[in-house]
Amino acid sequence: MSFSTAPDWTSAEHETGTTIMAVEYDGGVVIGADSRTTTGAYIANRVTDKLTKITDKIYCCRSGSAADTQAVADIVSYHLNFQKMDMGEEPKVKIAANIFRELCYNNRDNLSAGIIVGGWDKTEGGQVYAIPLGGMLTRMPFTTGGSGSTYIYGYVDANFKTGMTKEECLKFVANGVGLAISRDGSSGGVVRLAAINKDGVERFVLTGNQVPTFYEDY
Amino acid sequence: MASTLLAETPRGGFSFENCCRNQFFEQKGIKAPTAYKTGTTIVGLVYKDGVVLGADTRATEDTVVADKNCSKIHYISDNIYCCGAGTAADTEMTTQMISSQLELHRLNTGRTPRVCTANRLLKQMLFRYQGHISAALVLGGVDSTGPHLYSVYPHGSTDKLPYVTMGSGSLAAMAVFERGFKPNMEKEEAKKLVRDAIAAGIFNDLGSGSNVDVCVITKDKVDYIRPFDEANLKGQRQGSYRYKKGTTAVLKTEVKKIPFEVVKKTVRAEPMETV
Repeated sequence: MSFSTAPDWTSAEHETGTTIMAVEYDGGVVIGADSRTTTGAYIANRVTDKLTKITDKIYCCRSGSAADTQAVADIVSYHLNFQKMDMGEEPKVKIAANIFRELCYNNRDNLSAGIIVGGWDKTEGGQVYAIPLGGMLTRMPFTTGGSGSTYIYGYVDANFKTGMTKEECLKFVANGVGLAISRDGSSGGVVRLAAINKDGVERFVLTGNQVPTFYEDY
Repeated sequence: MASTLLAETPRGGFSFENCCRNQFFEQKGIKAPTAYKTGTTIVGLVYKDGVVLGADTRATEDTVVADKNCSKIHYISDNIYCCGAGTAADTEMTTQMISSQLELHRLNTGRTPRVCTANRLLKQMLFRYQGHISAALVLGGVDSTGPHLYSVYPHGSTDKLPYVTMGSGSLAAMAVFERGFKPNMEKEEAKKLVRDAIAAGIFNDLGSGSNVDVCVITKDKVDYIRPFDEANLKGQRQGSYRYKKGTTAVLKTEVKKIPFEVVKKTVRAEPMETV
């Protein structure tokens, strides 16, 4: 028997084995995520904030390698803040999404980053863009991502309706992330939610007992 | 084009010609030389008016303890310190480089550096090296915006948390933190919890050992205590284990004269010193 002083999780890359979600509604978007960051089997952070601010009204949901997605988000944030000073107005969500796409596509061999961009701008209102692993960009009425998303495709496809209100969207995302957390071992912790519209960003946290439950109720 | 008469001029850049040979060696069971790794316990904690950093003092080289009292809490600036785990050389050089950059930044701006600046410099450097620099860090300090604590991973991801642990003893230390952490702790209470967390690493993790170092950073003072606690004090022997005089009985004594003859005598003059 050999005693290795450095177990694998000390050098293993940080993965946000994740559940992330975003929905458009009339006048804004609702985004949501769990809060678990893992290195192998160890939870390195149980209260991670995967809803990362890019500008005042553009956020992104990060999944994949923590280092990669943080670096990409920082670069996009830098570009958009620069553009904001240059143009003197709030950057568009579409531009944010396209910078993400550019970085994720051009460096697709070296990155493992699955990103959802959500935000509000005055020309197109609330928008959700998905940029999965290869670096493709698509606008969607709603989307999910991360390892937990596979468990809730059934739920979201069955329960998504166009024209939901902000409150309905918040409930929809909370339920989705809650269900994913209960089935996916790599997702967990608290449910973080945010609603972005013309007035700004409202943030919510659902801790332990506030996470929606279903059949466990009785 | 290669010619038989003129040797091709060597090109610059990396050479990978030994990769195949090394892979072959590895298959044959010959291991590549290893670097000093600080199989470590390092922790950090935010309390009422500052940050407490803690570290053990063992440096290992595979299974050998290479240094029994090494220093793992590195200086970044007067108000920021950084604990390092991973390859000792990497953590040392990384913290020194960031310290130097931050000092230039301080001289340029005339302001005390902020912890988030140090964090950004560290993560961008580590990300550029794609995890090849094995530096896992706990970065803590107090600046104009209050106390801050970050954990920085070798691949360049960072977390901002009220209490963090790193290194091979991080599980043991985190268990202690999860049990004992409260927001807005008093200074002595915080130091005690940090000591206990490091002690848990020292006693339960093979890669950690020896003493506890602690660094308390407040708004206008840094208290670097090394060693804060010697977890493995050498015990006092309870009794004398030497045989008393006379334990072995003397059966008989005999004194003998050794006979010798004078063969030669020389008389030599010594010159006097005149200084």
